[in-house]
Amino acid sequence: MSTAMLEEYAEREYEFGFVTDIDQEMIPPGLDESVVRLISAKKEEPEWLLEWRLKAFSHWLKMEEPQWANVKYDPIDYQKIIYYAAPKSDKDRPKSLEEVDPELLRTYEKLGIPLKEQEMLAGVAVDAVFDSVSVATTFKGKLAELGIVFCSFSEAVKNHPELVKKYLGSVVPYSDNFFATLNSAVFSDGSFVYIPKGVRCPMELSTYFRINAMNTGQFERTLIVADEGATVSYLEGCTAPMRDENQLHAAVVELVAMDDASIKYSTVQNWYPGDLETGKGGIFNFVTKRGKCEGKRSKISWTQVETGSAVTWKYPSCILKGDDSVGEFYSVALTKGWQQADTGTKMVHIGKNTTSTIISKGISAGQGQNTYRGQVKILKGAHGARNFSQCDSMLIGDRCGAHTFPYIDVNNPSARMEHEATTSKIGEDQIFYCNQRGIATEDAVSMIVNGFCREVFRELPMEFAVEAQKLLEVNLEGSVG
Amino acid sequence: MQAVVERSSAEKNVYVEGFKALEAEGLAESEALRSLRRRAIEGFEALGFPTPKMERWRNTNVSRIAKAQFRAAERPGEVRRESLAPHVYDGTGRMVFVDGFFVPELSTPLKLPAGVLATNLVEAKKLHGGLVESHLGHHVDFEDQAFAALNTALHRDGFFLYVPKNAVVEEPIHLLFLGTTPETAAYPRNLLVLEDNSQATIIESYVGLTEEAYLTCPVTEVSLGVNAVLDHYKVQRESLAAFHIAVQQSWQDRDSALRSHSISIGGALVRNDLNGYLDGEGVSCTLNGLYLVDGKQHVDNHMRMDHAKPNGYSHELYKGVLNGSGRAVFNGLIHVHEDAQKTDAVQSNRNLLLSKNALAHSNPQLEIFADDVRCTHGSTIGQLDDDAIFYLRSRGIGEEAARSLLTYAFASDIVERIKVESLRQDLEEYLFTRLPRGEVVRQAV
Repeated sequence: MSTAMLEEYAEREYEFGFVTDIDQEMIPPGLDESVVRLISAKKEEPEWLLEWRLKAFSHWLKMEEPQWANVKYDPIDYQKIIYYAAPKSDKDRPKSLEEVDPELLRTYEKLGIPLKEQEMLAGVAVDAVFDSVSVATTFKGKLAELGIVFCSFSEAVKNHPELVKKYLGSVVPYSDNFFATLNSAVFSDGSFVYIPKGVRCPMELSTYFRINAMNTGQFERTLIVADEGATVSYLEGCTAPMRDENQLHAAVVELVAMDDASIKYSTVQNWYPGDLETGKGGIFNFVTKRGKCEGKRSKISWTQVETGSAVTWKYPSCILKGDDSVGEFYSVALTKGWQQADTGTKMVHIGKNTTSTIISKGISAGQGQNTYRGQVKILKGAHGARNFSQCDSMLIGDRCGAHTFPYIDVNNPSARMEHEATTSKIGEDQIFYCNQRGIATEDAVSMIVNGFCREVFRELPMEFAVEAQKLLEVNLEGSVG
Repeated sequence: MQAVVERSSAEKNVYVEGFKALEAEGLAESEALRSLRRRAIEGFEALGFPTPKMERWRNTNVSRIAKAQFRAAERPGEVRRESLAPHVYDGTGRMVFVDGFFVPELSTPLKLPAGVLATNLVEAKKLHGGLVESHLGHHVDFEDQAFAALNTALHRDGFFLYVPKNAVVEEPIHLLFLGTTPETAAYPRNLLVLEDNSQATIIESYVGLTEEAYLTCPVTEVSLGVNAVLDHYKVQRESLAAFHIAVQQSWQDRDSALRSHSISIGGALVRNDLNGYLDGEGVSCTLNGLYLVDGKQHVDNHMRMDHAKPNGYSHELYKGVLNGSGRAVFNGLIHVHEDAQKTDAVQSNRNLLLSKNALAHSNPQLEIFADDVRCTHGSTIGQLDDDAIFYLRSRGIGEEAARSLLTYAFASDIVERIKVESLRQDLEEYLFTRLPRGEVVRQAV
């Protein structure tokens, strides 16, 4: 690895760093009970939800921030965070794109995700979350015909309170962990999806999150329920503007799959990773994602491509409760500059003949630290449970680190589990071979890395697969050795 | 909360008193060694017993040991020469320790080349004080490990080996540690120093001659000079009520080789901490292990390999057979330091679950800070292959025998790697007797 090239690589600036000035309605920074009440009141929430928030808040006060993750960051001052920010036009929500604030639309254009084009070309229904309140929801009519509910969380609370009440907190209880509890108390908005019995969602559902207002913590709450025999694929992708202050993002995603249902959840995350030279700034991404295979033969599949954020702390998990249910986790995590990622999954086998697959690919460059932390737990009743885990790490440069911490607990003799992990660097002979055939070193690295991540990329929906590959290429430019 | 604090300090008090009693006895030790003991007991007081809240102890709860409050034995228990017979190995020189005391009457003279020093530790402290001082407590980290601190503060005797440059000890040395007195604790302390180009073979075996509970808490420190080779075998056959908490710390210089084999059979609660520091280029370290658990046994093997210099090679293979309500924990960490390029580290843990209630925890871990390395780890937990059983049955072998045969094949993979013939045969024999229908297996093999 040549130092000059590494330096060049380290100098790459965040391409999507810009701040859009739009009037925002904000609550002053700080957190106490009145803030929780205020958020709830602003969103005109029913009493039971306020109570749930307050329960979470009083529990949160008793909790301590977890220290076990293999990441280092300055302590977060929870009193300096703004817990609610909504675009001004909260009361009269736009019905279509034309009504959306033109400044907002320009922001999307800069990101290369013009809603309209996407709507037409990709056939994707987009529920765009600009900071905390959903500003545009498309394809609603088409989905409504099939009985599919795809709306912002606050809308769901108003229109489908029985569904929200039934499933909210059923996978990630309000007392789950420090960040999930904080989210439960102050969550602003998010997406809600309900697929009724036997319906196969005809299109990929997608939400673009965008953190915008200065110093605004983003507390998304996503809840996806697939009823018996339903199938849905959900896409989540993010970019964020450049800023100096650390931003906390503590989202919660809950998935519930009933008998024979299948949920596929894909994420591409490219938030601001902080200054590449000093490591200053950048997003703290502390997310709790968990899916429950409640029914028999249900399936939940997580796919993630994590390339952004200063600190990532994320373990999309599956609780395999129903017999014959299937859990999958495919992940690519790239850390460069001073990025740190502690990510992995948790597979809890409860039902009979449950199977899980874990494929994790970690790439570290610069001073990046990449950790895989995962747990496979096979409980007593999980006869015939099967797990396969593979965690590969690739190191680019001699200042980065790769770590693997798998936890494997097996309590059933008929279960079978295998775990494999390797760590390696891009072989000089591989690059030499490519050079020999007229492929520039940089292209060779990109090619090899893409090959390394192939198993994960091919799990992504088409639109995302292309984007992810490009993202990785852009991120890896200049990192050749 | 107050009550908890009081209890935990009461638990520690017994050991602090034990230390004072030992000091009052007036051990013939230099001031340096005395102050080492003092630092260690202070370290232990600060640490206290580990709790499952600590990451390294999350699957192993030692509160039973803390509560039992074992005191060190005042004198060695009576052991008759005949009762040693099943626990000795042909072709080895033998040092016997009973309840932490060296018993010369039971030991045999060692065949040693000129210049090699091999005695019990008490003797070594008198005769070779300088050598002992320059190594004892220098390798093991007793500021972070409570049981290593306890041993450092409370050890009475143990084994000391010094092999000078270019010397080769051909005859394996067998250290036999016997536990005979219920409700006591023994803290054997072994120090193995091999200078450049030297070689030796050591067998540490721990045997319980009582059915009751007692605690063995040994620490072995190993220092290997340039090109030195040590074959180290540990056989743990404590009583089924005993506690065995061991720490082994090795330090290796350039091109040295450590080949360690650990066989764990007995004990109610067993914990082995094996730490290796590869502090020179081209060091090789092989750690193989086999653990058999049944009933309510709990065996925990914790390993940490520190690759500090380039071109190091470490290879770990631990296999476990779990039956009854047995529990096994495997935790292996390979830590590759920034400069340790071209490290080749392999770690693998295989568990065979034979019963419904057995539980295996396997945590193989990698921490890598260098970019040009090859590190892999693998872990499997499962039961016997149905197809393999079917194959054997189709050839007229009964199901039970087929299972035994496959289990034997699984376990003997480790036993076969043992180079000391008498020890290997003894363990193979043990496997036959332990397996149901062992006779069939013996014939088949």
